Formats: sequence, C-alpha cells, structure tokens
Amino acid sequence: MTPILLTPFDIAIAASLIVLDAALSILLKLRLHRQLAIAASRMVVQLIVIGYVLRFIFSLNNPAVTLLLVVVMVLVAAREVAARPERRFRGSSNFVIGAISVSFATFVTAILALTTAIRPQPWFDPHYAIPLAGIILGNVLNSASLSLDSFLGAVQRERPGIEARLCLGASYREAIAPLVRDAIRRGLLPIINQMSAAGIVTLPGIMTGQILAGLDPLEAVKYQILLMFLLSGGSGLSALSVSYLAAWRLTDARQRLRLDRLR
Amino acid sequence: MPPAMLVKNLRGAFAGPFDLSLGEGDCAAITGASGSGKSLFLRMIADLDANEGEVWLHGRERAAMAAPEWRSQAIYAAAESGWWADQVIEHFSGNSRSEVDALSARLGVRAALLDAPVAQLSTGEKQRLALVRAILPDPRVLLLDEPTGPLDGESVRLVEALLQEKMATGTAVVLVTHDPDQAQRLGSQRYRMTGGRLEAA
Repeated sequence: MTPILLTPFDIAIAASLIVLDAALSILLKLRLHRQLAIAASRMVVQLIVIGYVLRFIFSLNNPAVTLLLVVVMVLVAAREVAARPERRFRGSSNFVIGAISVSFATFVTAILALTTAIRPQPWFDPHYAIPLAGIILGNVLNSASLSLDSFLGAVQRERPGIEARLCLGASYREAIAPLVRDAIRRGLLPIINQMSAAGIVTLPGIMTGQILAGLDPLEAVKYQILLMFLLSGGSGLSALSVSYLAAWRLTDARQRLRLDRLR
Repeated sequence: MPPAMLVKNLRGAFAGPFDLSLGEGDCAAITGASGSGKSLFLRMIADLDANEGEVWLHGRERAAMAAPEWRSQAIYAAAESGWWADQVIEHFSGNSRSEVDALSARLGVRAALLDAPVAQLSTGEKQRLALVRAILPDPRVLLLDEPTGPLDGESVRLVEALLQEKMATGTAVVLVTHDPDQAQRLGSQRYRMTGGRLEAA
C-alpha cells in the first residue's frame, strides 16, 4: 500500500476548520481569532520551511551538514531548558548545564538506536538521523527542564534543612541527595505517563503517522515500542545529568551550599 | 596551650574583618541590630558562606580539615532551625535514643514529640530540639544564633543552665543574642556588632 498523497486542495478543505474556529471566536466574543490566525499561519510557514530544509539536507546527504543541523536543534533545546526554571543561575551556567545534558542524552540515545536497532546505511543517513534526533530532543528537553526547575525550586525551599545537615558534619553529597533524587523522579514522570497511556488513552503520533502512511499496524507498533524505550532512555539520561550538574554547580571545594550563584 | 578557638582576619563580602580568641569554656556573647552581620560572622566560622582568613581550633587550622570534619567540631545552630526529614527522631540518627530523650527532657521537651512529625512542633520546640541536636555530638565549639529567641522564660532558664554546664566541661561558645541580660549572664567576653564590625562592649 502506498501513502495517499495530499493535494493543496485537500489541505484547503481542512483549513476551513480554522475558519470555523475563527467564526466561533467572533460569534462568542472569545477574542481568540487573531491569535488563532497568527498561530495557524506560523505553523504553516514554519512547517513548509522545515520541509524544504529537510529536503535540501537529504539531497546533500553530507554527514557534516546533518551534524550541524542536529547541533543547532540541540542548542535551541538547551536555551529552552535554561529559560524555563523560575530560579536561575547567574551568568551562563543555566545554558551550559542545559546544553551538556541535552546533547549528552540526545547523542547517546540517537547513536545507540541508529547503530544497533534501526541501522540505516550509513548509520548517519539524514532521513533517519534527523527525525530521530528531533523526537528524542523533544522529550529530553521536557525532562531536563522539569528536573532543573524542580531542583532549583527545591534547593531554595529546603535551604535551612540542607544547611542544618552540613552543620552537623554531613557531606554536601549526603545533604543534597534527596533533592537530586526528587528532581530526577520529576523528569521521568512524563515518559512513564506516556508509556502507561500508550495504546489505551492515546495512539502515539509516530505510530499514527506510519499507519496513515500505509505501514502495517504491527510494524508501526514495533517502531513505536522502540521509540518509547529510546525516549525513556533519553529522559533518564537528561534528568540525571541536569540534576547532578546543577547540584555540582551549587557547591564549592568547601562543600558549601552556594545559593549566591542563583539570582 | 593554644586557644580553643582563634579567628584571624576572617572576612567575607559583607562583613569583617574579624578577630577573636576563645579559651576552653569561654563564651563570646554578641549583641547588635538585625542585619549588622552577627549571623554572617557565625556562618563564616562554620564555613557556610564564602570567606577568607583563618580559624583555628585547639591549634589545628580549618584549611587543614575537610569541611564536614570542621563543621562537626564547630557546630552552628541557625536562628531558624532546619529540618530535612518528616519525623523528628530521624534527625537524630547519629545518637542513641536514651541520650536524645535525656537531653530533650532537660530542656523541657516532651519525649512523645520525638516520634511526632516535624510539622507538629511549635517554633520553640523546634528551637530546643535543634539545640539538642547540636550539643549531642559534643563539639568543641558551639556557634549559637539566638538559641532562646522564641522561648518562654522557663525554657530560657533551662537552656542557659545547659549551656553553662557545657562551658564548665570546656566547650567554647559564640552566642548571638538580642537580650543584653543574657549576654551579661553567659558571656565571658562581650561584643557589639555594628556594620559588619565587632567591637568590645
């Protein structure tokens, strides 16, 4: 079975639903029609642009260019991780911590999948490497920012308890361990929910996409399972690295709690 | 014999430089307005805030000790006591139950409270139990930040008696207090903190 290709006319029919939404907004005075129109146009433009970018990069089929695109995606994700928490480090530590943990988790999981499970020829074929890196990045970004936000918030709140332990002779590692643990747990919750709900509450996007594109449901399911494992691996690695890096950045050679490094 | 504690040119970003010398059983009582640097001084001795300068305990310099070892010999008890577990008793894992019971009872804390959740304690009970926690390991120096701040008259008397007993066995104390009478009663040396500087009072 070959995929059913869409014509611009097919898409125009679906676009009438946006017009319907806008009409509702005007009718019910929701004052959302402007935002709706802008968001819909942005979505169309962004996706068409990325479509051309991907087509171009696929045609180049140059490992260096593929790597460059993935690195740009990682840096954008790292910026998001750095910007989310309410409490932040002074200077650039937030971004550096975000970049290290996001790139570590993404590269390890993506390369593992490309070289052992999916095995395209060559393994860095952009058709596989870029979409895979993108999906993993989305999840890794989510986990890392939840963990970082949770850690920096908790450390602020728990300061008297942490310092009380330090004063009684506990090492910084002992005193901070419960907070690191909670932060990692926080980062892993979304993927656990996603896995529990998969197939019952939701039909995951990749699987749906592949079925629509004509793949046998069981083949699509296998892909989705592989992907869920990859995503949980990526989530775990990013939650772990972001939490430990933030904990490490908040102390010094004398095992103090350096909240003065936050703003 | 070297002093129990010697502070030399200790300074941080917002307070200092400080110099202080305490013999065994001495108590330096520090009074002064809020925000004058009293807590910062204690925190710097305990090495909780970034600082420069030297602190010696019985002839051993701070820099020669790992930070946890240092802090367990010069224990700082903050004005706002800190707790990290749910149950009170979990904060005393390093001590035997009978020791904890005995010392808490001396400060008028009911033994049943040790098995209660921290959330059920009043501020005064927390303050006294934090003091028990700081005294039990028998540190050479106690750095006490308003230990009797939230306490009633009877509890203040119990705490002061306990501190005097510890001093009689050689423990040196740096005491930050808002109460000039308490400084008078406990302090063998008395200071006023003004604008991050220590002046003899």
